[in-house]
Amino acid sequence: MIELENLSKIFGQTKALDNVSLTMPEGSFTSLLGPSGCGKSTMLRIIAGLDQPSSGQVRINGRDVTELTAAERNIAMVFQSYALYPHLSVRGNITLPLTMRNMNRIERMPFLDHILPSARRKIAEHAEQTQRVAEMLEIDQLLDRKPSELSGGQKQRVAVGRALVRDPIVFLFDEPLSNLDAKLRTQMRSEIVDLHQRTRRTFIYVTHDQAEAMSMSDNIAVIMGGRILQVASPRDLFERPVNVDVAAFLGDRPINLIELSTAEGRLPPPFDGFACDVAELPGRVIIGLRPETLEPDEQGPLTGTVGEMEYLGSEAMVSLHLDGGHQLRAALNASGVLPKPGETLRLGVEHGIAHVFDAATGRRLGGLSGAAKAGADIKGEGA
Amino acid sequence: MVGRRRIREALTDLLLAGPATLAMLVLIFAPALIVGVLSFTDYLFGAPDFNWVGFENYRKLFTDETGRRAVVNTLIYVAVVMPFSIMLSLAAAVGIQSVGRWNVWLANFLRTAYFLPVAATLVAMATVWQMLLHPNLGLVNQVLALVNLPGQEWLSDRSLVLFTLAVIGIWETVGYNLILFLAGLATIPQSLYDAAEIDGANRGWEKFWTVTWPMLGPTTLFVLVVTATRSFRVFETVATLTNGGPGFASDVLVFAMYREGFVYFKAGYSGAITMVFFFFILTLTLTQLRIVERKVHYQ
Amino acid sequence: MTRRQLVKNTVIVTLLMAGAAVILLPFFWMLSLSLKPAHEIFAPGIDFLPSKLEWENYAKAFNETHLLRYLMNGVIVCGAILFFQILFAVPCAYALAHRSFWARGAIFGLVIAGLLVPYHVTAIPLFLGFAELGLLNTYSALVIPFVASVFGIFLFRQFFASLSTDIIDAARIDGLSESAIVWRIAFPIAWPAASAFAVFSVVAHWNDLFWPLIVVSDPNLATPPRGILYFRDEEAGSDFGPLMAAATMVTAPLILGFLLAQRKFIQGITASGLKG
Repeated sequence: MIELENLSKIFGQTKALDNVSLTMPEGSFTSLLGPSGCGKSTMLRIIAGLDQPSSGQVRINGRDVTELTAAERNIAMVFQSYALYPHLSVRGNITLPLTMRNMNRIERMPFLDHILPSARRKIAEHAEQTQRVAEMLEIDQLLDRKPSELSGGQKQRVAVGRALVRDPIVFLFDEPLSNLDAKLRTQMRSEIVDLHQRTRRTFIYVTHDQAEAMSMSDNIAVIMGGRILQVASPRDLFERPVNVDVAAFLGDRPINLIELSTAEGRLPPPFDGFACDVAELPGRVIIGLRPETLEPDEQGPLTGTVGEMEYLGSEAMVSLHLDGGHQLRAALNASGVLPKPGETLRLGVEHGIAHVFDAATGRRLGGLSGAAKAGADIKGEGA
Repeated sequence: MVGRRRIREALTDLLLAGPATLAMLVLIFAPALIVGVLSFTDYLFGAPDFNWVGFENYRKLFTDETGRRAVVNTLIYVAVVMPFSIMLSLAAAVGIQSVGRWNVWLANFLRTAYFLPVAATLVAMATVWQMLLHPNLGLVNQVLALVNLPGQEWLSDRSLVLFTLAVIGIWETVGYNLILFLAGLATIPQSLYDAAEIDGANRGWEKFWTVTWPMLGPTTLFVLVVTATRSFRVFETVATLTNGGPGFASDVLVFAMYREGFVYFKAGYSGAITMVFFFFILTLTLTQLRIVERKVHYQ
Repeated sequence: MTRRQLVKNTVIVTLLMAGAAVILLPFFWMLSLSLKPAHEIFAPGIDFLPSKLEWENYAKAFNETHLLRYLMNGVIVCGAILFFQILFAVPCAYALAHRSFWARGAIFGLVIAGLLVPYHVTAIPLFLGFAELGLLNTYSALVIPFVASVFGIFLFRQFFASLSTDIIDAARIDGLSESAIVWRIAFPIAWPAASAFAVFSVVAHWNDLFWPLIVVSDPNLATPPRGILYFRDEEAGSDFGPLMAAATMVTAPLILGFLLAQRKFIQGITASGLKG
């Protein structure tokens, strides 16, 4: 189990991390998700022991490791640039962590390592372990090559092998897939998930790619501006983002955010057709509607005139001019009959994935439903 | 509690950078400082005491006949070696580059030949020059005799000796400068020559003046300063061939520094010579750093 | 090739070959004299080649003088200097490139300033110091002044700075201590820089006369250039054949090194243009 308690990191004048606390249970797969420069890599480097926090504590399995160097923590890390040692063969790259951790100074000495019985025994063990890991990752044919002779995907596997070989307490991944092409990335994604299931170790995965985070992890911590905004499972995160920022960051396409003044605690037209599960609406709210959750619905609560349309193959992006001057974009399934510009279109919203935020604080107040006005089956949720 | 790791990290830094830093301070900076201080004293090696003499040592260096000789000779030496070495190496570089277009092997051979003196041990080669320049047995005078020219006392004629040394200096530096010029030439894109040709520069000469020479500007400046710095340090040939003689006709700064300090043990005076030498080198090297910086902006 | 081009190329090659002949003449003459019998050396008239190869000159140079000793001293001194230069410079350069500590800027400033100081400048105080410590006429006196190579620190620092931080961090995570990173990761990767530096250092100190002339008066400690002067002034007198044989033997190691590894050699020697 990894626990971060009140971590802060200050570089000069800027706070890279601002009083961050987070617990990652044993065996969990946690992603640290956020835009670049948000502090997620700093967090990972502090967990690794590569950077020291300005204040706060890191605990691994209950033990305070804040004062330990990276070398003393028994963690493994896979880097974006793979960070293979260019002068060592694949075998040398994978074996080095074993040599450094299991053999003492004398056993590591050149020449002596060939003579001392204990050193020879360990070297034989390490060779066996290296072979096993290489076979598992299907790189046993490459053991004698230098990193410069490998493709990106192969380098990635070697980097994983180097992490895997010594059975660390926790695996850290720093955007490990961003240098791979799209096809390889999907493949490596499932291999990492597979690896997690086999090892059952704690995985911490830093990425700015929400698809990666969503598809791989048990838990996602969304980080912005040096703070953790929300920690939740992928599904909870998508369905109940804690505020506008998180909602805006997530999703394949930008969410429609429409700011409104409420009238007597109710949504004004043309949104008055929605059922809202918020007991008391503040004066100004923001409505969040995901383009992909909007679909044509004869009974739907939203009516508007079709404006521009982009045809994208499996779907079409339609901008809709609503009564009252608002505008929103909807991703419609392109297999059906598509509306033409100028036509009137009626839209409904998929259950449960429309949000109402407090315009003043940005916090999520609750959900909207585009089904019948009397929609009673909306999950009650206080803001 | 917090801070223990910082202390360990600081110890690591000390362990890594400490020895070199200490060595630099003890072996370079402290001595440089001390020699500056000594130059204002009349200290003799082995003497129990010394007196402060102000700028007396410097005055002596610039007014005494022998002191002035060392300064002037060094400047003459540099003034002869620099232009000849640079012109010859530039000509050779342009020539070798053009040979390289149709015979790489020959170009490589020539480059190797010109560079050979740079890799050779100068003191050993100086003894060979001594043989070549021997008044009676030397090849040079014998060849002159063949064409009915009088032989010369190359190393013992007062009016000739400094120029003889300068020729050896040129022989020794041409290869080094050649390499720098070849590197400079290699960075000039062919397209510029094509453009010059379209603009009517057909002859090799015209191309040289419109493209090569201006494009080589930064390299040439760099070579100029490097050659000057190297020439200022001339010592080996003087120590091997003339010992500054005859009658101080080939005395130069570094040799005077050596003689006054380590033959006559006048540490104070030698210190002043050192400081003057240091001043010249410092000026040149600072100029050179400027050029290196500017060279980056050219690209 | 057009006719005009042919003429032009012929002229260029002729001039270049003439220049090369002048440049190579001393080398050729040295070899030739080292293989000539004594009476041919002193004979009037020009004979470029020896009538017969007189290997006796080489035998004399080795047997009747300390030539072997000088060469060995050269190897010992250059080897020791290079060893300590690397031992001091590489960890320092690593710290300057990949660690952050308060004195880093100051130390790098010292390195840059040190590049401006020719080693002649430090000679008098160092001589005083060695005399005080009773170290004149020792190998230590020949080696110690050069162990702090600012040029080496500078060269390695530049190389290390171009090394990705990730590799260093990966090594930290893999359990390497900082000094293990220096010697097991950074130094082996810096091999190109190291070999260029080795050439630069060995050429400079094998050929150096100034410092050995100052601190060594015992012929048993003479480095090759110093030895050549002993040879010429005392041991062989006007025995030019063996002197040229000795000169050949002293020059040969570097020349052979240059011919075998030209690229590396030129890199190493031209790198010294950065140094004052």
